[in-house]
Amino acid sequence: MKQSSSVGVVTPQRARFEAPLELRSGGVLPGFELVYETYGTLNAARSNAVLVCHALSGSHHVAGVYADQPGNIGWWDNLIGPGRPLDTDKFFVIGVNNLGGCYGSTGPASINAATGKPWGADFPFVTVEDWVDTQALLADMLGIERFAAVVGGSLGGMQALSWALQYPDRIGHALVIASAPKLTAQNIAFNEVARQAILKDPEFHGGNYYEHGVVPTRGLALARMVGHITYLSDDAMAEKFGRQLRHGKPVYSYDVEFEIESYLRYQGDKFAGFFDANTYLLTTKTLDYFDPAFAHGGDLTRALSAATAEFLVVSFTTDWRFSPQRSKEIVNALLHSDKRVSYAEIDSVAGHDAFLLDEPLYHGVLSAYLANIRV
Amino acid sequence: MSYQRYDYEVIASWIQPGERVLDLGCGDGGLLKYLQDVRQVRGYGVEKETEKVMAAIGNGINVLQLDLEQGLAGIEDDSFDHVIMSLSLQAMHNTQRILAEMLRVGHEAVVSFPNFGYWRHRQSILNGRMPVSESLPHQWFNTPNVRFFTIADFEALCEQEGIVIHEQLALDDGKVILEEPNFMASMAAYRLGRG
Repeated sequence: MKQSSSVGVVTPQRARFEAPLELRSGGVLPGFELVYETYGTLNAARSNAVLVCHALSGSHHVAGVYADQPGNIGWWDNLIGPGRPLDTDKFFVIGVNNLGGCYGSTGPASINAATGKPWGADFPFVTVEDWVDTQALLADMLGIERFAAVVGGSLGGMQALSWALQYPDRIGHALVIASAPKLTAQNIAFNEVARQAILKDPEFHGGNYYEHGVVPTRGLALARMVGHITYLSDDAMAEKFGRQLRHGKPVYSYDVEFEIESYLRYQGDKFAGFFDANTYLLTTKTLDYFDPAFAHGGDLTRALSAATAEFLVVSFTTDWRFSPQRSKEIVNALLHSDKRVSYAEIDSVAGHDAFLLDEPLYHGVLSAYLANIRV
Repeated sequence: MSYQRYDYEVIASWIQPGERVLDLGCGDGGLLKYLQDVRQVRGYGVEKETEKVMAAIGNGINVLQLDLEQGLAGIEDDSFDHVIMSLSLQAMHNTQRILAEMLRVGHEAVVSFPNFGYWRHRQSILNGRMPVSESLPHQWFNTPNVRFFTIADFEALCEQEGIVIHEQLALDDGKVILEEPNFMASMAAYRLGRG
């Protein structure tokens, strides 16, 4: 077996689209930019391209490192590279920062040419379908008529699913991991708590905090803390933190005592230090709105009948944010509309976060599936 | 030819070209691959263990990782022409429910199983030892089998559950056994329908 390795040093690129973009929310962007990275080489037939879609807080930096930031490793680096499941000796892999993002693609912090100020609260709502449309425009620009596969976890999986419905002729395989055909009320509820934390931060200023020179970091940190709770399983949290006390005994204070408090505060503050609050708000709404069956009277089987891609659906046993049951809804709908689909339910204690880990059986399933894709 | 291969051939003889089939306990997808080759079926396998799911995916088979003991909830009635269970029924706890589920989601079911009433097995028991043979390859302490039944037992269960036996084939070493199958056959296959 060949040795697997990272793709090494990578460089982000930028694509500019001049034509106005009409969004499903009714909003219009007078042109936009997407930042992206690529790994591997596009073959002569242009048939080996794989799009990797990111989730709530992800970016175009999917794999590798930057020359000037050797510690800045791509968020799905363990998946991508020579000899890895998404083998860059075979595939040409693309990561894109989605529209509305805060890693360089046009988003709420970008300057609105009409006002000369950041878009802020005026940035239009974007849907998963809008994202897929803009990814398709990028594919056009790169000369990619058809993706061998579109891969994503969580919200990224929704994009992979949507690709199969919106552009059935332009996708060979959809890998939908730790995802769902739509959010449940419970899931929307978590998102709403996160949004309220940001919206109620006095430094939010109705979304136009940029011009006040402040950032609603307290709200954003709280939002991220809520998120982190839902990404871990009860068991994983118990195993990692248990009831460990920083001082070895109760000191009766509201400062950090339990290690889980320390972890959540650290994660929240770290996130609030670099992520844009408007992007977080926007993206949670993107998640909430996704529901391809809605236009078909709630009939997911009918909604998925447009797809011609083959599917791999993967879930994780302890993921309660995007539970196996939600993945099975996708699988059953595909089964009933006579699509080619395989489904793996991976035993893991890691909860939703498991999709980012390289547990051998999980990566084994992905490798087996991806190895069979002909390019 | 292997024991399993005879089973494959019997099952294939009951499947029409182009059918939609579900293979419960599909392992690495060998039977589905065979049925795709000889009957051009559109098939899905169901398998519980991730290692086998991985192997089936590697073989290019559609495979769904589900625990059959939980039934086939979420799969609609009459979704398949045939639901197949090859040499696995004896390893399932929830026999009646699984048979009912097979005939719910499938128009018909095909079931094959090792016959515990086979004469060599009886001889083994008479000699005081649990049978170990080509069709029952495990020792009593490591067998995955949890239900020990004969051809006669199975037919009695079908009668009790109102399951119609459309066709039956009993085999020993690849030869069709017509007389005294409960004594002479090491395995049996059934094509079943709803009452």
